[in-house]
Amino acid sequence: MSTETSTAPASPAVNLPLSKKTLTSDHPTWCPGCGDFAILNVYYRVLEKLQYPQESIVTFAGIGCSSRMPYFVNSHGGHYIHGRSLPFAAAISLGRPDVHVFNFGGDGDGFSIGGNHLTHAARKNTNMTYVIMDNSVYGLTKKQTSPTSPIGFKSKTDPTGAMDRPINPMRTLLNSGATFVARSHAAQIGHMTEMMERAARHNGFSVVEILSECVEFYDGAFDAAVPRKGGAFQTIELRKNDGTSEDTLRHDPTDEVAAFKLAGLEWPGKFGVFFEVKRPTKNELEAGLVARAREKTKNASDLDLLKGAFARMR
Amino acid sequence: MVSPNPSLAGGTSADSTHQLLPDVVIRLAGNSQDGIQSIGGFLARLAGRSEQEVMTFMTIPSTISGGPSIFQVRMGSGEILTSGDSADFLVAFYQHSYDAHINALRPGGVLIYDSDHVKPNPDDKRFTNVGIAITSGTIEAAGGTGKDKGKNIFVLGLIARIFDLNLDKLRQLIQERIGSKGDDAARAALLAFDAGYAHPVENLLGHLYRFTTGTPQQQVRPTVTTDGNTALTYGLIAAGVRYGAAYPITPWSSIMEVLRTEFTRYGGLFIQAEDEIAAISHALGFAYSGHLAVTGSSGPGLSLKMEALGWAGMAELPLIVINVQRGGPSTGMPTSVEQSDLLQALYGSHGDNPRVVLSPKNVEDCFYIALEAGRIALEYRTPVIILSDQAIATRIEAFEEPDLAKHLVQVKPDLTPRPADFKPYPLDGISRHAPPGTKMLSGKYPTVTGLEHDELGHPTGSPVLHAKMNAKRREKIKQLAASLPVPEVYGDESGEVLVVGWGCTYGPIREGVMRLRSGDAPLQAGHMHLRHLSPLPPGIGEIFKRYKHVVAAEINDEGLYGYGQLASLLRATYANPAIRSLCKTDGLVYKVSEIIAGVKKIIAAV
Repeated sequence: MSTETSTAPASPAVNLPLSKKTLTSDHPTWCPGCGDFAILNVYYRVLEKLQYPQESIVTFAGIGCSSRMPYFVNSHGGHYIHGRSLPFAAAISLGRPDVHVFNFGGDGDGFSIGGNHLTHAARKNTNMTYVIMDNSVYGLTKKQTSPTSPIGFKSKTDPTGAMDRPINPMRTLLNSGATFVARSHAAQIGHMTEMMERAARHNGFSVVEILSECVEFYDGAFDAAVPRKGGAFQTIELRKNDGTSEDTLRHDPTDEVAAFKLAGLEWPGKFGVFFEVKRPTKNELEAGLVARAREKTKNASDLDLLKGAFARMR
Repeated sequence: MVSPNPSLAGGTSADSTHQLLPDVVIRLAGNSQDGIQSIGGFLARLAGRSEQEVMTFMTIPSTISGGPSIFQVRMGSGEILTSGDSADFLVAFYQHSYDAHINALRPGGVLIYDSDHVKPNPDDKRFTNVGIAITSGTIEAAGGTGKDKGKNIFVLGLIARIFDLNLDKLRQLIQERIGSKGDDAARAALLAFDAGYAHPVENLLGHLYRFTTGTPQQQVRPTVTTDGNTALTYGLIAAGVRYGAAYPITPWSSIMEVLRTEFTRYGGLFIQAEDEIAAISHALGFAYSGHLAVTGSSGPGLSLKMEALGWAGMAELPLIVINVQRGGPSTGMPTSVEQSDLLQALYGSHGDNPRVVLSPKNVEDCFYIALEAGRIALEYRTPVIILSDQAIATRIEAFEEPDLAKHLVQVKPDLTPRPADFKPYPLDGISRHAPPGTKMLSGKYPTVTGLEHDELGHPTGSPVLHAKMNAKRREKIKQLAASLPVPEVYGDESGEVLVVGWGCTYGPIREGVMRLRSGDAPLQAGHMHLRHLSPLPPGIGEIFKRYKHVVAAEINDEGLYGYGQLASLLRATYANPAIRSLCKTDGLVYKVSEIIAGVKKIIAAV
């Protein structure tokens, strides 16, 4: 793809290093106690670590509580329609290889109304990071059943308890062909930071699902994974390939079957990198197509190409 | 010969063997695998390389393979506006072709049938019947294992003899088109062509024909011959579109098929999306990135894009959206023409969302309408819908090659750092979005949004700001309206009737108005064809007042209140009771005679 852009004159603005201060924008509108605050802070921390030029960061989202994220981050970004942010964000990545694309959304955006897009964004392996802030409830619209609500969850749309089998996010993501699949919890700052940073550094379509409690409409949803509430936060130990016998017990993130088994563990399951492989990205494949096409045209000008097309119609 | 199409009348003998005629309508009826489209293609291209004008009309069955298929070509000297109401010549390959199309042949016309397959009704004396063993003649000539493959080329040879066409040019075309399939294929094709040409058809016809010499066209550049979808495709490229996405649907698909390959040659990218919504979302992602992008579809697909289209209006991003209309509602008639998506294009989203909607009047105009769409999208930061249709998309016309050097537009993302006082959504001007990669000298980075917002793009629930922003979005489209030229009127500037049309009705209305103004009881009549359907250009209301009747002719239903979609829009806009509606939904383009009869009926009834 063409990376040629109009030349930008040297900016008089000093390139300040990225910090929470430079990255903070509008004051978040989330309810006090919402898990999303922690995710926002982790995003600041990861951007601080990565130190991309500020103008090259894109924070994008669909619709939902989580999808308010772009307003709270001082970067280029957008707030799109419900469930469709992935194809929009993927096109930014494909249309502008010089920018870094982060897409945020909730369980409704990712697994319900936008489920089809998740599958296809993943299989196409477009280079971008998708953070799914899963609260297992529709919070913005005040407590309806979500695709990850457990059976029996009482909501305004299921007053006697949800009856539909919930989506298993890890299995869904593994099936779709995402090349980096991780899971974390909004109460675990260090773990979240590690997962999000790894996802950002991954070349390809990387997804982190973060359990983020909605204190207003699904209080205590993820307590089973919070040690101070009596739960257990069990992380996935990744294989070190050190030749030791205990290493064979560790998870090989390139093993799809093992990842699938991990994803089937009883609630609350494990947290960490489930899957990570290298596969050509759509960005690379499309760029290769362009390079070969350009070579075939012998780098002809647009005008010559267009004239050629009309000459064939004579 | 006796012509059914009045413009044909007046042929005089050139010599003893050739009769002169200004133009001719030939309908070829066979099955879709017989390559009858390619005969039409050869004839159209030949006409393009000669002094003749050409217009074609074809139907392809929506079934995957096989099934009846026709191609109608009208060629001749002078301006060709329609593919002809009825055929002067019918070539019937099969009995079913004969049965289905014999009544499309005008009385006195010539039926050429494959005597290997067709038995014409011996009691039908309306036509000159010419039976030729097309199938066995082809097998005999071309031989080999191709069986009857090549009988289309045999017929092309036959037509070349009947109309004294330029043999060298046709042979060269066959070489160019079939030569790429190998020497054997080209040799077999030329053998079939020669056999068709050698057939002494004049013994059955009585004489042969020759076209009158046309007035040499006053044009600087060579003639090109192509269909509407192709003209639109290259119009988009000329307009600077290098990025896009779509989902396949008939009759839109051929545009995306070409763009997928062509964009890579220009360093761009076209994505086949998982669905229609993803397609427009990809396209908007490209637009946000600073590119001029396109998405397209046909009726049902446009319905699916509506929410995202509303977002684009709110976020104020440039985008070109093409709808190659087909028969609706629902899956409707996927391979038939209709103009029933106008109201969808104008109003098909929730909320107040003033739209820009354009429509090409013929194949040539597909190229220029794409340029106009690109210009408006970039200048006014708005989505622009182009309403083409199945008829324009698939028919072939000859026209002067555009001045490409003059028209080619280059669009690059504008990454100039934005000054400290930059506002993405200023109330007193047209929004100028800053694509990612742009430094913001204020240190504040913008968010594009579908929420109501203030001038900096922050969400707002303020009713005052919502009203102001609605006005801002409306005013920019009104500003565009004011800048448009007053539509031209062909024919009488005032008088009895003005016929108004849009899209593929251009040719039939123009020819219909030409005929209404001539003949025994000429009417004072005019023709206005709207390329800008929204916003409507200035001056239309005043023009309407100069006529006793205004008839909007379109291919859609008269609706619950007796008015077609354009007529409804015009009546609501100009509140002029003289505006009447001429509608039909038979899946076919208007015949000239239908326009004339329809207009006369409306005038008589009032």
